[in-house]
Amino acid sequence: MSTADPAPVVLEQVSVSIGGRPILRDVDLSVGTGDTVTLLGPNGSGKSTLVRAVTGLLPHTRGTVRLFGTPIQDFTDWQRIGFVPQRSTATGGVPATVREVVASGRVGRRKLLRPTSRADRRAVESALEVVGLADRSSYGVSQLSGGQQQRVLIARALAGEPELLVLDEPTAGVDLPHQQALADALGRLKAQGATILLVAHEIGPMMRLIDRSVVMRDGLVAYDGPPLTQEVAAHTHHAHDHDDHHDHGVPGGHDHAPHVSSPLDFERGHHR
Amino acid sequence: MTFVDLFSLGFMQRALVAALLTGLAAPAIGTFLVQRRLALLGDGIGHVAVTGVALGLLTGTSPTWTAIVVAVLGAVLMELIRERGHTNGDVALALLFYGGLAGGVLITGIAGQGAATLQAYLFGSLNAISSADVWFTAALTVVVLVVALGLSPQLFAVASDQDFARVAGLRVRTYNLLIAVLAAVSITVAMRTVGLLLVSALMVVPVATSQQLARSFKVTLFGAMAVGCFASVGGLLLSAALSFRVSVYPGPTIVMVALAMFAATWPLGVWLRRRSRLMTPFPEVTATPHRSPVEHPHAHGDDCGHPAVPHGDHVDYVHDGHRHAPHGEHYDEH
Repeated sequence: MSTADPAPVVLEQVSVSIGGRPILRDVDLSVGTGDTVTLLGPNGSGKSTLVRAVTGLLPHTRGTVRLFGTPIQDFTDWQRIGFVPQRSTATGGVPATVREVVASGRVGRRKLLRPTSRADRRAVESALEVVGLADRSSYGVSQLSGGQQQRVLIARALAGEPELLVLDEPTAGVDLPHQQALADALGRLKAQGATILLVAHEIGPMMRLIDRSVVMRDGLVAYDGPPLTQEVAAHTHHAHDHDDHHDHGVPGGHDHAPHVSSPLDFERGHHR
Repeated sequence: MTFVDLFSLGFMQRALVAALLTGLAAPAIGTFLVQRRLALLGDGIGHVAVTGVALGLLTGTSPTWTAIVVAVLGAVLMELIRERGHTNGDVALALLFYGGLAGGVLITGIAGQGAATLQAYLFGSLNAISSADVWFTAALTVVVLVVALGLSPQLFAVASDQDFARVAGLRVRTYNLLIAVLAAVSITVAMRTVGLLLVSALMVVPVATSQQLARSFKVTLFGAMAVGCFASVGGLLLSAALSFRVSVYPGPTIVMVALAMFAATWPLGVWLRRRSRLMTPFPEVTATPHRSPVEHPHAHGDDCGHPAVPHGDHVDYVHDGHRHAPHGEHYDEH
């Protein structure tokens, strides 16, 4: 891809309201071709809202969202975007195999009432290879562990052969070895030149992939620059974090993954 | 007159064709409803369609047509309520269920018809099916099957993950409405054989039966259609055979046959699921300490009866809470 291509994601002064309440205010963000950008921030800071605005799931009230240079309301090339939704389970009310779920990722590229093409099958195979589940393709999705199901969802997004991959908290509730497997899969994609926008709560093994971090706080971009770890991101804006963020079922305001062993966390315990 | 003579009767032939078509169409749509965890949507549409039938009786038009119109309107309304509503969605649906049933019974009374007239629609009736009805049923079944099977990749994507499907560029609301309308259509198709109050069973029970044994969506879908055909044709024949002695409706018989098939496959499904959990490969973890039991009198093998679970490059034999891996002359504890 030439450098003259427009950036996959450009947000200019974007505001998003949910039910009349402004959630994101005046957000500027751009993700260039081939970049891997993480969105960090406490719960309620607007990370997921931002992702939903970028994927067109939420309308924005002001500003412009451009995907590959096209304003999102005119954008039709949705097969260029792969989306891994937050905490969605790969299982439905009816059993489905890993291959079937991954193959449903081709849906944006399939024509109506046409049988599965050879290109469809090839894309599904290679997506399964990337996430390391090729040997599990005929397993029922419900037979897999949570981390493996998360990889199935990533493979589903990859099956559409997207140029931009948007992941909303793919590591939530996934243990360390599986986070490593996830990071490996994303690393292979990055090597193929994919652009990745990743919302993360814990970065862990993803750290080496990341080109840039964006920290959200209370619906604003609080930091945009070289990679930060989640711990640093949380403590950079520590002084303001106590009162104004919204908890989602986590009592006591412990929004960030607790890292009790780190000295910073230890000190923080004393401050309280 | 004997049981075999029944097949020479025109109404019985028509009923058989109608039952076969119903058995194909209802589970096909039902699979997508169950996938979306909307198993009871069919029941709601069935209740609303009662009002449609009553309106037909009141105005003297064909109850099938009025039932289709009202059922489609009800299905679209329910889909919109479901889409908008968050916490009270199911309460709104319940209001629609009871409104539909109460309205139907009330209007039937106003139309000067007794409960017996309505009963043929509520629980199905063998001799109510005209040959025009059969053609109508056949046409609707073809529409339902072409759409449900032809668009199955799209419908599957929408039914399993709406957000993903929307970002993939699908018109999610259109597909949701399509499913709701198809459900309404297949319910009206099934109205004559199974009856409105039991039609949802034919959308859900075959799917529940089929997924006891199936691991993939495709197998579940076609299995459900096979179960649906068998249950509706078998149930119809059973009710016809029984009708020499007692008065039985075809609807309840069809549903009981479907439930019997579920009851028969359920233990098998439980056993299969238990076995597949048991046989899930153990994760490969490096650097586990080497442990071996002191004495192991039992020799493990292919037919020793202990599950042989894959573990990396070998198998572990599972028994009494231990995982025994063969190592030379003895077994290691894994």
